[in-house]
Amino acid sequence: MAAIAISARRRVRALPAGPRYLAGRLGQAVLALFGVTTIVFFALRLSGDPARLLVPEGASAADIERVREQLGLTDPLWRQYLSFLGGAVHGDLGFSYVQNRPATELIAERLPYTANLAVAALLLSIVFGVTVGVVTALKRGRWQERALMPVVLVGQAMPAFWTGLLLILVFSVGLRWLPSTGYDGPLSLLLPSVTLASLSAAAIARVTRGSVLEQLSRDYVRTARAKGAGTGRIVLRHLARNSAIPVLTVAGLELANLLGGAVVTEVIFAWPGLGQLTIQSVSARDFPVVQAIVVFASAVYIGINLLTDLLYGVIDRRVTVGGAA
Amino acid sequence: MTELLDIEDLRVDFGTGREAVRGVDLRVGRGETVAVVGESGCGKSLTALALLGLAPDGARVSGSARLDGAELVGLGERELRGIRGDRVSIIFQDPMSSLNPTTRVGTQIAEMLAIHTPMRRSARFRAAVELMESVGITDAPERARQMPHELSGGMRQRVMISMALAARPDLLIADEPTTALDVTVQAQVLALLRERTRDTAVLFITHDMGVVAEIADRVAVMYAGRVVETGTVREVLEKPQHPYTAALLRSVPDPDRPVSGELPSIPGQVPAVGEVVEGCPFSPRCPRADDACTTAPVLEAGVACWHPHTDAQTEAGAEDAR
Repeated sequence: MAAIAISARRRVRALPAGPRYLAGRLGQAVLALFGVTTIVFFALRLSGDPARLLVPEGASAADIERVREQLGLTDPLWRQYLSFLGGAVHGDLGFSYVQNRPATELIAERLPYTANLAVAALLLSIVFGVTVGVVTALKRGRWQERALMPVVLVGQAMPAFWTGLLLILVFSVGLRWLPSTGYDGPLSLLLPSVTLASLSAAAIARVTRGSVLEQLSRDYVRTARAKGAGTGRIVLRHLARNSAIPVLTVAGLELANLLGGAVVTEVIFAWPGLGQLTIQSVSARDFPVVQAIVVFASAVYIGINLLTDLLYGVIDRRVTVGGAA
Repeated sequence: MTELLDIEDLRVDFGTGREAVRGVDLRVGRGETVAVVGESGCGKSLTALALLGLAPDGARVSGSARLDGAELVGLGERELRGIRGDRVSIIFQDPMSSLNPTTRVGTQIAEMLAIHTPMRRSARFRAAVELMESVGITDAPERARQMPHELSGGMRQRVMISMALAARPDLLIADEPTTALDVTVQAQVLALLRERTRDTAVLFITHDMGVVAEIADRVAVMYAGRVVETGTVREVLEKPQHPYTAALLRSVPDPDRPVSGELPSIPGQVPAVGEVVEGCPFSPRCPRADDACTTAPVLEAGVACWHPHTDAQTEAGAEDAR
């Protein structure tokens, strides 16, 4: 997936054009999805036998064998793989071994929670990250930068399980202001989204700062100053559009990551989202569900990357994507 | 009557004595065009930027520069913003990098009006289109909606000129406005500048003596952060007094007097910023230097030199160097 991120960044400079570009991107997307599903399919089968975990303790070898047969695990691997691919093409990602329901249904059930959390975290991190990035760039070498940069560093350095526990300790256990776990109204969204945002915000702040600093040294900024423009106007009318592309790229990647389910954060806050589902399915060796989640997360990742690319053209009107500008 | 712009002993240093502008004296009258000439690194652009508080970070500006009698040096950012663009505007050398690459050119011209006039948005854009027409851009309504990269170099510089003149400034600083352009376009842009600035004072920064003759009323020749010679274009170009000016003029090819062999150049180098200059900064490269030149000459009667070329000597002096 790192390769996808890199290719997206490289494309900014190449200034792509035409429907052929779009078709090419879609082809790449399909290829990437195929690759990811194949790897996941075989890697999962190395993890052990799901049948052993499904049968009650003390079940006989014959019982296990029967379960394996029911699940279709006795077929040769290549046949399992082909039938999985065949189903996937039609949008059928298989049935959960454990819950005996379609995997897609399980995902659909969890997705709203994860999406809620992801969007809240992204908005928080954009607001905070962009603000900090712009301020530290404009106030380079002044106290504002020296005060804010450590905050960014700490945010980036603290792992989610630590930030999350700390927040629970202070705001739920200590102050008793906010619920600690589970989903119970918008207030319960606050702590997990702050936990997630602290990581994304730091990344966004760094990219914003770098991008703004680079643009600040450009001649057109001097022109704007020579026109009598104030800092606010320079930031909003000149720097915003020109510095946005790297920020947008990172924000897109962050959103894609968040939508795939924030495993650690969801576990800490007992958040009923995709991250939790992932953990449960992996530990139960519920192959179809894990596969489905990975396929879904990759599709989201690729889709958001493509969308980001298209947005470049909206922001920087020199870039033309998918047709004549 | 006070001069429109009166610069006295203007200095710009980058800390610990690293001076780039070392005491510039310069006057620009109303409606007058004054060319500032010198090699790159002589501090001519920095002098102009310093006037508007646009010198790079870390630069300290001292001395005096009065616009219509009011001191500019030491003004706060807020006061300077009211002057920039409105009373004094600048055209920069490279019109590509000096325009915002992601904003329509019409909007960029209109921004000048947004900052300095109470005009409404639609009126501003209409005014921008008219300004573009006034600098000879055809199809201005369509051009105004284009991005800088869709315009040719000459067209972009026309946009810069219309932008600089949008708020009707008293003084226009043109910092090498034709250097980045093709030769054929240079002449057009010069003609346009001359025509559009009949009532505006212009401080025209250039390294090109040919351009000076085209556009200026007066000239100030700068060397190593100081003005070494000043006078009317006629005086300076025909009877240069300072050995540096004379050498500079000889290094310009003249179609009427073809040189055989190499074009004369000035030996040595301009002192670097921060280099300690004792006495006359040109003395290490000057054919006329002697002991007197170990003390710095002051600008008197249009020249800062202990041994200026006089009327009778000019030709002989030029002969020496050959």
